[in-house]
Amino acid sequence: MNSLPLIRHFKWLAVLMLVCSLAAHGGQDTAVAHPWLDALDGLKQGSMPEREQAIIKLGDIKDSRNLGILQALLDGKLFIAKADARLLIATDNHQGFDARDALSGETLGAMGHDAITKINLTNKMRGTLRKIIGQLELTADDPAVRLAAVKAMAKAADEKDLALLRARAEQEQDGDVRQAINVALLLRDMDSDDKAVRVMAIEALKAYNSQDVANRLNAMVEKDENGEFLEADADIRNLAKASLININARLQWYSAIETVFFGLSLGAVLVLAAIGLAITFGVMGVINMAHGELMMLGAYTTYVMQQLMPNYLGVSLLLSIPAAFVISALVGIAIERGIIRFLYGRPLETLLATFGVSLILQQSVRSIFSPLNRSVATPEWMSGSWQINDFLSLTWNRFYILVFCLLVFVMLLQILKRTKLGLEVRAVAQNRKMARAMGIPTDKVDAMTFGLGSGIAGVAGVALSQITNVGPNLGQAYIVDSFMVVVFGGVGNLLGTLVAGFSLGIANKFLEPFAGAVLAKILVLVFIILFIQKRPRGLFPQKGRAADS
Amino acid sequence: MNTYAENLFDENDKISLGHLFVEGQVDTRHGPILYMEDVSVSFDGFKALNKLSLYIDAGELRCLIGPNGAGKTTLMDVITGKTRPDTGSVFFGQTIDLLQMDEPAIAQAGICRKFQKPSVFDALTVFENLELALKADKRTWPTLFFRLTGEQRDRINHILETVGLSALQQARAGILSHGQKQWLEIGMLLMQEPKVMLVDEPIAGMTHQEIERTAELLVSLQGQQSIVVVEHDMEFVRSIARKVTVLHEGSVLTEGTMDEVQNDPRVIQVYLGG
Amino acid sequence: MKLIALGQDKTCTAVLMALAAVTFIIPFCNLVFPADSPLHFSAYTVSVLGKYLTFALLGLSLDLVWGYCGILALGHGAFFALGGYAMGMYLMRQIGTRGVYGDPLLPDFMVFLNWKELPWYWHGFDHFGFALLMVVLAPGALAFVFGWLAFRSRVTGVYLSIMTQALTYALLLAFFRNEMGFGGNNGLTDFKDLLGFNIQSEAVRAVLLMLSGMALIAAFLLCRWLVNTKLGRVVTAIRDQESRVRFLGYRVEMFKLWIFVFAAMLAGIAGALYVPQVGIINPSEFSPLNSLEIVIWVAMGGRGTLYGAIIGAVLVNYGKTVLTGLLPEIWLFTLGAVFIVVTVLLPDGIVGLMRRRLQGQQA
Repeated sequence: MNSLPLIRHFKWLAVLMLVCSLAAHGGQDTAVAHPWLDALDGLKQGSMPEREQAIIKLGDIKDSRNLGILQALLDGKLFIAKADARLLIATDNHQGFDARDALSGETLGAMGHDAITKINLTNKMRGTLRKIIGQLELTADDPAVRLAAVKAMAKAADEKDLALLRARAEQEQDGDVRQAINVALLLRDMDSDDKAVRVMAIEALKAYNSQDVANRLNAMVEKDENGEFLEADADIRNLAKASLININARLQWYSAIETVFFGLSLGAVLVLAAIGLAITFGVMGVINMAHGELMMLGAYTTYVMQQLMPNYLGVSLLLSIPAAFVISALVGIAIERGIIRFLYGRPLETLLATFGVSLILQQSVRSIFSPLNRSVATPEWMSGSWQINDFLSLTWNRFYILVFCLLVFVMLLQILKRTKLGLEVRAVAQNRKMARAMGIPTDKVDAMTFGLGSGIAGVAGVALSQITNVGPNLGQAYIVDSFMVVVFGGVGNLLGTLVAGFSLGIANKFLEPFAGAVLAKILVLVFIILFIQKRPRGLFPQKGRAADS
Repeated sequence: MNTYAENLFDENDKISLGHLFVEGQVDTRHGPILYMEDVSVSFDGFKALNKLSLYIDAGELRCLIGPNGAGKTTLMDVITGKTRPDTGSVFFGQTIDLLQMDEPAIAQAGICRKFQKPSVFDALTVFENLELALKADKRTWPTLFFRLTGEQRDRINHILETVGLSALQQARAGILSHGQKQWLEIGMLLMQEPKVMLVDEPIAGMTHQEIERTAELLVSLQGQQSIVVVEHDMEFVRSIARKVTVLHEGSVLTEGTMDEVQNDPRVIQVYLGG
Repeated sequence: MKLIALGQDKTCTAVLMALAAVTFIIPFCNLVFPADSPLHFSAYTVSVLGKYLTFALLGLSLDLVWGYCGILALGHGAFFALGGYAMGMYLMRQIGTRGVYGDPLLPDFMVFLNWKELPWYWHGFDHFGFALLMVVLAPGALAFVFGWLAFRSRVTGVYLSIMTQALTYALLLAFFRNEMGFGGNNGLTDFKDLLGFNIQSEAVRAVLLMLSGMALIAAFLLCRWLVNTKLGRVVTAIRDQESRVRFLGYRVEMFKLWIFVFAAMLAGIAGALYVPQVGIINPSEFSPLNSLEIVIWVAMGGRGTLYGAIIGAVLVNYGKTVLTGLLPEIWLFTLGAVFIVVTVLLPDGIVGLMRRRLQGQQA
């Protein structure tokens, strides 16, 4: 359903294109006397029923400008110039109107309220208009426009519409549009008096993934208040039932896919939140309770970037990623140099001190930005969803976060595997004394490692800002979860963190329908607590003597 | 031996010690007090122990030597329940399967251990350290209401004298020197009245005199207790050992008297030629 | 060494004297002297002090677990809250027909949710004795189950800390749910009376302060005895060298469990004394932040000393009262700074600082 704005958007695009083409061709047609022009004149005068006839007549004549004019009429943007009775398309700019010639597309500049008269419509005319626009859109170039037109038309199709749809079905190239047309036609066949036609329609319909089909079939097997079946014919009813079973099986399959997707996207958030922690906790053995607040800083960075360049949402979001990394990394390094380095070997004290840091960061943000949540806008290309069929649509923002999470993960792995810093980090993690003896500046490596982990937290914050409110408590909500992910995956194992994050995300989403969001979360927490009893070192434990200490 | 074993155990030791044996009895009628057969332990592919078999007789004083990484400490970890072997069996006497037991159960059964790094309780006094080690009912409630009897106090004082820490008995263990901590830990072993003592590098950090006294003490204890000593100091080993086992790459390389072992070309190979 | 012990005992005696004074003199002055007398203590002072004393008891119980047994429990507030809920349930049942909906059996929030009968776990809470039993049994049972699982599988250190935090976090989420039957978001409130006495009256407030003080003194003496038994020494040994204790034949998990359950019960009692004095218990008591605050009381006072926990709890909470009154924004900054300063600069807390001073003077 979220796809609607997107489609509407495309429709506007189509209108715009039409208008442009109007402007290009304008000159040729105006001179010749034409039934089309007569029909247009009919719009300007006469009684409402007469004008309606003019609209219908206009719809029957093929002209590339029709769609633009009729859409403007429907939107209340079609006017008559008082001076020369020209048809104008005009948009309100609060002071007056920006007008252009409806036929030629020529821009006429600003016009006052009293210079033009709006062409009014009755509700009946609007209905007719919509229908005609639909028919016109049916042949539009953009498949998305056609698809929307089919869907709109199918709702209240008369014989003429059906004929149009049938004709269109034969030449339609786009699979989705063809399927929508077929469904619309078959649904119509269900109303037929001929039982054979109905049987065929039901049989054919079960192959389609359409919510309309499912609704229709469901309605056929239900009873009304009097206990009578809505569908009198028992054979048809049984057929409908059989088809429904078929469709529902697919529906379940798709909803399972959707749940997995939601789980993966939740998992992606968890992984993003947890991998920074996996570095500081897993590699360095440092518990950083301010990790959540470093994420919060990343989210606020996104907010600030957006305030700085409010007109470039996409660019500011992309720039936020390095900015958030740098800011969180710097704060992280400051925490490490200022506090944590005095507490190495005392993990519990580190935990408490960094908790103090988290309180201070929270309160700072509260003082600077107010305690209220700030909303971060989502760029166009991240909003809406990817409509695969009626039963399955994937939201873009979650999809991008999933991709982003994997990217960050791979980059981090590469940094640890291939760079000198990565080598030094691993060396210090395995044997600090030995690393120091080999000439590795452990102090510097500690600071860099901590900066890296913190920077990733900041980047995670950028991602979070796209799916949740940005507020001072943002970090708190994730700290326990991210620790659970790290511990569940096995400390010191980044791949474990990835697997753990995704499996917990999916588990959470599968439990939610049965248990509700809160209970699902509690169940997952309890599961992890029990799991840790059985395998204290997580899914992918580190083995060997080093693990004992 | 049996009568001694009976003395050591009282009614309170009925805590889950496996199930195959007569309670509180270590059955050594048919030979060794400690069996290890075909024991293997690997860490990430590295074989710390490789099909190791070792038999310790009742009352024996055995020295384990071997180069670094030969598996000496892992062997002690396996006996005391800290590390579970991948394969093999470990028995205490004929009937007690040590692989079925955890560390406290093994300790209560009578196998006690001194660690390589002296581990005493720094926050407690020397006296309290020994009191904790004292053989007694070690469940929670009896521990809560525990009071030292005169007899037990005498025993602690006796051990304090044995390990030469009488004067320091009220001092916190944290302030002791390295050698004194070693002695305290040996004292804690004695307090537990074990049947088998595993002693990991007892003389590290000791003065020459302390080393001599340690040797005397260990020699005097043999016959009553089985003692397994891991030590690098060959001179010390020579001074106490009757039988020496050489470990190499997780298995027993050879066994014999110190002289036999030292003249064994394989031993010379791993120690010197390697 | 002896000198330190002496100093320790002096401080300890001073703390006990102060506690006794607060416990007996302040309620007495509050009730006996008229409001305009300089010797009068206001009802506000009484209720604030009463609250502090329950916090001190809570801090004391955490010190047993953390200071003596080395378990940094970040979910200790959960036991406090459970004790509080047990008392709250009794107080709810005492409201009877005086609720907004006037239902003789069901508390208001259940009527509001259209519940028809009392859930099974609410039965029995109309008896004060049963409620008191639950005040210790409910936290004790939770501590037992959690500890049994955690200690047996040898989860230690930061893992254990995070798991305790997850525990209280899970309970927080659970108690927020209306379906749990504990009043959801709003918790339990609008209490009327306790054992037939009006809970709002000054006399009851004064008596509650006195009871809190007596409970604290008794718990303090009990804990002091406890840490000086052999069990106390085993526990201290576990804190310093857990595996060594195991090789001495002690079942470490049982000792930890014993201390953990005992401390949870003390925390439950603290919660039960807290609720009638503040008049409300809600899920926010389960929030991880609350549990962390308890830790900082103990850290600030000086862990492993028992009386340090009492000093820390009172000081930090006094600071909180003053600062949130003056400048609410500053409180979290201060608390954060306290966390950092105490852990980095004052590892032994105020008590440690005083001891070092004392040592300096003697030297």
